[in-house]
Amino acid sequence: MIVTLSLVILTPIVMCICLSVKSSLLFESLPVGKIFFTSAWEPSKGNFGFLPFILSSIFITFLAVLIAGPVCLFSALYLTQYARVRLVRIMQPVIDILAGIPSVVYGVWGIIVIVPFVSNVVAPLFHIQTTGYTLIAGGIVLAVMITPFILNILIEILRTIPSELSEATLSLGATKWEVIKHVIVRKAKPGIVSAFGLGVSRAFGETIAVLMVAGNVAKIPGGLFDPVYPLPALIANNYGEMMSIPLYDSALMMAALILFVSILVFNFFSRISIYHLERNL
Amino acid sequence: MLHMTKEKIHIENLEVSIGKEHILKNINCTIPEKKITVILGPSGCGKTTLLKSMNRLTDLYSDVKINGKIELNGKNIYNGISDINDLRRKMGLLSQRPAPLPMNIFNNVAYGLKISGRRKKRYLRLRVEHYLKQANLWDEVKDRLYSPANSLSIGQQQRLCLARGLAVDPELILADEPTSSLDPISSQAIENRLMELKNHYTIIVVTHALRQARRIADYIIFLYLGEIIEQCEASEFFNNPKNEITKAYLRGSFN
Repeated sequence: MIVTLSLVILTPIVMCICLSVKSSLLFESLPVGKIFFTSAWEPSKGNFGFLPFILSSIFITFLAVLIAGPVCLFSALYLTQYARVRLVRIMQPVIDILAGIPSVVYGVWGIIVIVPFVSNVVAPLFHIQTTGYTLIAGGIVLAVMITPFILNILIEILRTIPSELSEATLSLGATKWEVIKHVIVRKAKPGIVSAFGLGVSRAFGETIAVLMVAGNVAKIPGGLFDPVYPLPALIANNYGEMMSIPLYDSALMMAALILFVSILVFNFFSRISIYHLERNL
Repeated sequence: MLHMTKEKIHIENLEVSIGKEHILKNINCTIPEKKITVILGPSGCGKTTLLKSMNRLTDLYSDVKINGKIELNGKNIYNGISDINDLRRKMGLLSQRPAPLPMNIFNNVAYGLKISGRRKKRYLRLRVEHYLKQANLWDEVKDRLYSPANSLSIGQQQRLCLARGLAVDPELILADEPTSSLDPISSQAIENRLMELKNHYTIIVVTHALRQARRIADYIIFLYLGEIIEQCEASEFFNNPKNEITKAYLRGSFN
């Protein structure tokens, strides 16, 4: 048992070390500022500017959680506070099925539904012409993908809130909506933050579906209707063809390291914020 | 004397079932005004359901069916047109486990006032102080009104809940085994408060603790398996019980 447990604990550490060693070559050949803060991505010329990828990842993740967050919160509130038991029983398997659909299927669905929708319906509203392979298409697909995860966690969290609390608040003359707004959401806040946090972690690392609809152009996106090229897509698209170009494999390892460290740092901060929120209840 | 006091709540032919379970059967009773009425009975006999049907918290249960009549001040609360929020505001609830709102101590007491539209800071301060004093908690919390309510001990939390309930100026206090999760000293504090408050409020206490009933009750409603076995003045109940089940319960033959 201790052996298996130590395997579990060692994996991320070993992973981090390997990635660091592999990507150190890039650090040695290029100044840090040039790696993180320039946008020129020309592997054959030896230019590896990660800024477009980092920004793409941040934007698409932010957009996905921005869309999925409120949808999940209101759905979870409805299911736990208003819905009849029967509806919850029907919804639970539906959510589980959504969570179980393979990522590539979401990608295909994105290509045949969301991309044309963006290109033919949404973009013309803003008088923009686009193929549809854009930040917004990626954000929508990603939002749909993380929805079942966030929703499931939120439902679990809202169920743990004792009914005495709503009963007590109702007895003060509060309406059902006031109970939800002032008490239930507030009480569940640490849980809601952690659910959104897990959604961010998932969205940040999601690869295939995003890669299929996001456009993959190594340029800093200027708006919702520009293509983006997130870090996971960069790795997945180029792994294999990197051998011929010097420093290319090291650069991709660097991309992986950035992903790894960002998720680590993000988890760390969401834990801290959850701790503070819990203490203030 | 009971016949001299006004009746606050009058219940007629009340039947409550949840799903297939028939929880309360043909309940007919009267709650006298400004007295402590204890609803007594072994666990699972429907005491809490009876209490919660009075402020319509039973509405929250799924699959609940209610028939019969409950009158508050002579008006049926189940006729559909009454304002449920207003009804509930008239009945302060004290639950088994204290359920402080996820806010600081001050706002726990001020919340009920705030949602009914009274938001002036000075007014709230005075009211909060007044009700915390009434619940005998003021001296313990006056220096930390803005710390989270959860930081209080469980006994203090229960007194905070009492203050919170009193702050909306109810006519009744419904207490559902209010001392069952408290230590003896905190329990006594709550009991003493209730004894003092009965001059201003009609109080209904649910309990399965005979000794507590003996200490605080003016009037007793004894429930067993969803039916009222006996209802009378406390002195008569304890000294001169009529029903065999009551006698057995008082002997401690079952619980």
